[in-house]
Amino acid sequence: MTSKLKTLLAALALATGGLASSQTLLNGSYDVAREFYKDYNAAFIAHYKKTTGKDVKIDQSHAGSSAVARSVADGLDADVVTMNTSTDVEFLANAGVVAKDWAKRFPGNASPTTSTMLFLVRNGNPKGIKDWDDLTKPGIQVIVVNPKTGGNGRYTYLAAWGYAKKKGATDAQAAEFVGKLYKNVPVLGKGGRDATTAFLQRNIGDVLVTFESEVVSVNKEFGEGKVDAVYPSISILAENPVAVVERTVAKKGTAVLAKAYLDYLYSDEGQEIAAKHAMRPYSQAILKKNAAVFKPIQLFTVQEMFGSLSEAQKVHFNDGGQFDKLYTVR
Amino acid sequence: MSALISGASSAGVALPQRASAKRTPQRVLPGFRLTLGYTVLYLSLIVLIPITALFFKTFTLTWEQFVFAVTSPRVMASYRLTFGASLIAALVNLVFGLLLAWVLVRYKFPGKKIVDALVDLPFALPTAVAGISLTALLAGNGWLGQYLEPMGIKLAFTPAGVVIALIFVGMPFVVRTVQPVLEDAEKELEEAATALGANRLQIFTKVIFPHIAPALLTGFAMAFARAIGEYGSVIFIAGNMPMISEITPLIIIGKLEQYDYAGATAVAVVMLVLSFVLLLVINALQTWQRRHTGASS
Repeated sequence: MTSKLKTLLAALALATGGLASSQTLLNGSYDVAREFYKDYNAAFIAHYKKTTGKDVKIDQSHAGSSAVARSVADGLDADVVTMNTSTDVEFLANAGVVAKDWAKRFPGNASPTTSTMLFLVRNGNPKGIKDWDDLTKPGIQVIVVNPKTGGNGRYTYLAAWGYAKKKGATDAQAAEFVGKLYKNVPVLGKGGRDATTAFLQRNIGDVLVTFESEVVSVNKEFGEGKVDAVYPSISILAENPVAVVERTVAKKGTAVLAKAYLDYLYSDEGQEIAAKHAMRPYSQAILKKNAAVFKPIQLFTVQEMFGSLSEAQKVHFNDGGQFDKLYTVR
Repeated sequence: MSALISGASSAGVALPQRASAKRTPQRVLPGFRLTLGYTVLYLSLIVLIPITALFFKTFTLTWEQFVFAVTSPRVMASYRLTFGASLIAALVNLVFGLLLAWVLVRYKFPGKKIVDALVDLPFALPTAVAGISLTALLAGNGWLGQYLEPMGIKLAFTPAGVVIALIFVGMPFVVRTVQPVLEDAEKELEEAATALGANRLQIFTKVIFPHIAPALLTGFAMAFARAIGEYGSVIFIAGNMPMISEITPLIIIGKLEQYDYAGATAVAVVMLVLSFVLLLVINALQTWQRRHTGASS
């Protein structure tokens, strides 16, 4: 009872601003980054104590990337957001809670880490899947995420489209290529974990297309040697953008702390932790150091292929867009 | 609106009201104004205001945008699946829920208390857990699926899977509405019917069925309404393929993921209006049925 009262008082003190000696930071983030930020937070708290002598407490709030963005827009007091698609931060910028020029506030389009789409196949690769072309062959079952409900799914779709274009296809040919791929899809996952479950626990499909970082956690969860990772010749660069939530830091007086928290993501230590969790570090030196994990493949950015993610959203994923046509026009 | 309130309340306490109405036609309890005021206030706070907010959110769309959002082919296919599967599931529950209630009321057997308690499980279980368990059971490598799929019966990741999940979540409604009415039924009536020479079928159709029909319809309506809004148990087993196995709540989530608030609420409003109309029809049917049997008995 008394401890409850104490926490209540502490919360009140924090809310009224600066009365308590230690500050609390809330990081709004996406589902699969939970483990990474658990490690990172511990490192940051130690670093902050050493450099400034101040104690901080960091809370995490995880859900689907855009679900977090929606709750922050609706009033969740997150100090920083760390997302897996730039459209989610874009949405917050349009809602006026994140700076309009958020992408220029930190290096590398404000993305301390990136990822890419890879294939997971059954042990020994019985169907001999090597590249995107193999996914469109008849008789191959592909597990992907629904682009309507998950960022993972949007990147898969865009990666396949971009691959076709890179190989010299016209827009019409690229559409046909992607259409063939989705004809081979027996189950559309709602989110990344959903698709992984269908592939590994329900034993459905020959290949799972998912984020590189998910591949590592699959090995952790289900044991090594059940599945193999296949690196296609070309894939997409998926940025994991971060931003300070200006509305919250103005209210809570945590602007300095929030900036320090995100800055430290770019430090060697932060980058190493990211690499350990199979997120491609921004630092080229650390990327090279971990070349065994991050095999070099040709990557294209959303910007060069589609202009921007919101542009791609309009053309491909909005209602009546290219993705809907795959299913409604036969 | 007032039709809904009176309809819902009469559906919930169908029998006691009828019994008391027979004995005392005039109002017994004092404080009618206070209670009515409380009813309206509470309903407004909990139901009407949130739903009004839902409608207002869709008003940001023009009429053309609204029509486009709610009639695109994928959305239409999802209505067919959601309402069709819900209807099938509610019908299945109508038949088997009645059977279950019958057995629980009319027979004594060891472990009856446990079976009775089991009926409520779908109420208590988080629906996502139900969905995951059903999928694990029916998928190609699941306990049941491994025998069914070689026979060509594919249930998980098809519309059939959706129906199964909806049967599961709707099951307690019919049982729990019919059970007390069956318990209440006077054995003497059946004995009298037997004495007068009625056979078992006649006893069921002429004596028992009219008595429990309103409760059955109520249970059916509740199971149906529950199924329409169901999300958690379905998404895991549905496969979620556009045009084939995508339920309407998933379409709504998809729209929210694209930050299309207005489009999402537009589809939700269509669902709400459709299910409201369906429930009204069922309520009207119930009233008619009650009057009909009331006249004959």
